[in-house]
Amino acid sequence: MPPDPHPRMLPRLALTGAILGAIALLFAWVAGWLTPGRVSGGSIVDAMQYNSGKVFLGARRAHAKGLCVSGRFASNGAGATLSRTLLFQAGAMTPVSGRFSLAGGNPDAPDGRNVFHALALRFVLPGGEEWRMALDHTPIFIVSTPTDFQAFQIASKPDSVTKMPDPVRMAAFLASHPETRRFMAYMKSAPLPSSFANGTYYSINAFRFTNNTGETHAVRWQFEPEDNFSALDKASLDRLPTDALFDKYLARASQGPVRWHLVIIPSNHGDATNNAAVQWGPGHGRIDVGTLTLTHAVPEVSGDCRDVVFDPLILPDGVSGSDDPLLAGRSAAYSASFRRRAKEGPRRVSVPVNQGIAK
Amino acid sequence: MIPPDRYALPARVLHWAMAMMILAMLFVGAGMVSTASWAYPALLTWHRPLGVTILVVAMLRLLVRLTHRAPPLPAALPRLQTVVARGSHYFLYALMFAMPLIGWAMLSAAGTPVQLWPGTILPPILSHSLRLFGWLSWVHGLLGYGFFLLILGHLGAALFHGLIRRDGVLRSMASFGTRSDRARK
Repeated sequence: MPPDPHPRMLPRLALTGAILGAIALLFAWVAGWLTPGRVSGGSIVDAMQYNSGKVFLGARRAHAKGLCVSGRFASNGAGATLSRTLLFQAGAMTPVSGRFSLAGGNPDAPDGRNVFHALALRFVLPGGEEWRMALDHTPIFIVSTPTDFQAFQIASKPDSVTKMPDPVRMAAFLASHPETRRFMAYMKSAPLPSSFANGTYYSINAFRFTNNTGETHAVRWQFEPEDNFSALDKASLDRLPTDALFDKYLARASQGPVRWHLVIIPSNHGDATNNAAVQWGPGHGRIDVGTLTLTHAVPEVSGDCRDVVFDPLILPDGVSGSDDPLLAGRSAAYSASFRRRAKEGPRRVSVPVNQGIAK
Repeated sequence: MIPPDRYALPARVLHWAMAMMILAMLFVGAGMVSTASWAYPALLTWHRPLGVTILVVAMLRLLVRLTHRAPPLPAALPRLQTVVARGSHYFLYALMFAMPLIGWAMLSAAGTPVQLWPGTILPPILSHSLRLFGWLSWVHGLLGYGFFLLILGHLGAALFHGLIRRDGVLRSMASFGTRSDRARK
C-alpha cells in the first residue's frame, strides 16, 4: 500500500504524543514516582537504615543478629477443624528450619538489650508448599500500620552523641500514638526471657484459617515453651556478655531437643483483627495443635537460615492474611531488605548511611 | 504468491490479548514495589499467575509467527526505520519469554515457593542461591521498566504509521474487518 501521509500532520502528531504521555503518566503514578511520600517496602527499609545510621552490607536490615535452628513439627490433629493446612493433619510430621534473632540492624550488637527476641520458622510441606512465620516474644507490636512504623523509625533515630532519640520529635510521635506508649510501657515492665529456649513466641498479627468445609476463622497463635520460664535481670542487661543469649541457646540445644507447643487462639466476637498493637481480651479458647521440636542449632555463618526471607505472608492453603495492614507492610519490607542484602552478597562490612530522608 | 497485507487472524488475536496482559503485568509489577499497603499482596497474587499465562501464550504466539507469513514492511520505509522496526520486534519477543522466566528463576534462587494460587506451586528452575537471587531480581526490575519503554515506542511507531504515514502497517495488525470491506475502501 503506498504511503498516504496525512496533510495536517501537527494535530495528529499531538494526538500521538498525548496518548503516549497519558500512558507514561499513569505508569509513573502507579510506580509511585509522582508520590514520593508513598510508603513502600523500600521506603520502610530506608527509614530503618536512617535509624541505624549504618548499613551492615549483606545483613538483614532488621533482626540482623541470628542463629539457625532446625527440627520438626508433630501435629496432634486438633488444628484440622480450624484449618485444612497439611501442617495440621492428624499425625503429620513436618520438617522445620528457622532462626532465633534479636531486634536491630547490627549483626554484632550485644545481647543484653531490652528488645524483641524473635523466632522465625519455615515449615516445608508436601507439594512445595511452605508456611513461614516471623514471631516475637511480645504479644503486641509497637505500631499498627506500616506508615506509623516508618514514622517511628524516623522519630526514634538515636542522636549520634546522646544515643537517645530527639526528645521533641519522639514526644510528638508518642503524643499522637497511644498504642506506641502502651507498647513501650509493656516492654518496660514485661519480663525478658533469660533464654531463647524458654520464651513464648507470638504471631503478632491476626491471620485467617479456612477448614475443609470452607469455614473461615480469624486467629492468633503462640509457641509456648516446655522449658521453664525465667527472666533476665533488666537492671544488669549491659553487663551480659555480648553473645550471652546465643551461646546459652547453643549450649541448651547441645543437651537435647527444645520443645514448644503451638497454641491457636481463635478470635472472639468483636476482637479487632486489624490492629497488632492491641491485645485480645481475656476469655479466649486455646487449642494446642502440636509440638515443635528443635533438634539442631548452629551459628548463622554455618547454617542455612541466612539466605531465607521469613515473609509472614508465605502461607499454605488453609491459611491467609487478615485485614491487619501491618502484614502487607512486613511482607513488602522483608522483601525489600532481602533484595538489597542479596544483591550486596553476604559479608561483614558496614557503611554509614548518607541518604537524606523525608521527615 | 502475493504477500499478505495483514497478520493472520490468530496472530492478531494473540497480539492484542498479549498487549493487554503485558501492559497490565507491567503496571502490576511497578505498582507492587511502590507500596506497602494492602495492594502489595493483592498485586503479588496477580503477578505470578499472569506471568505464567504470558509465558504460555508467548510460546503459542511464537509458533503462530513461525508458521504464518507476516506482511512485509512498506518498501518505501527508510532503511533506518526498517532496522529499528525489526530489532525492536526481536526485543519484544525476547522480553515476553525472558521476563516470566527470570521471575520464575529469581523466586527459585530465593528459595521462595513459586505459588500460582494457594496449594499450586511450580517447581524451582534454579537451586537456592542468594547472590543469584540478588542479581536476577535486579535484572527483572530493570528489564520491566525497559519493556515498558519499548512498548511505548512500539505504540508510538504504530500510531505514527496509522495516523501520519497511513501506510497500512497499523491496519495489518489492528484491522479485524472482512476482506471485502477493505477491498471496497
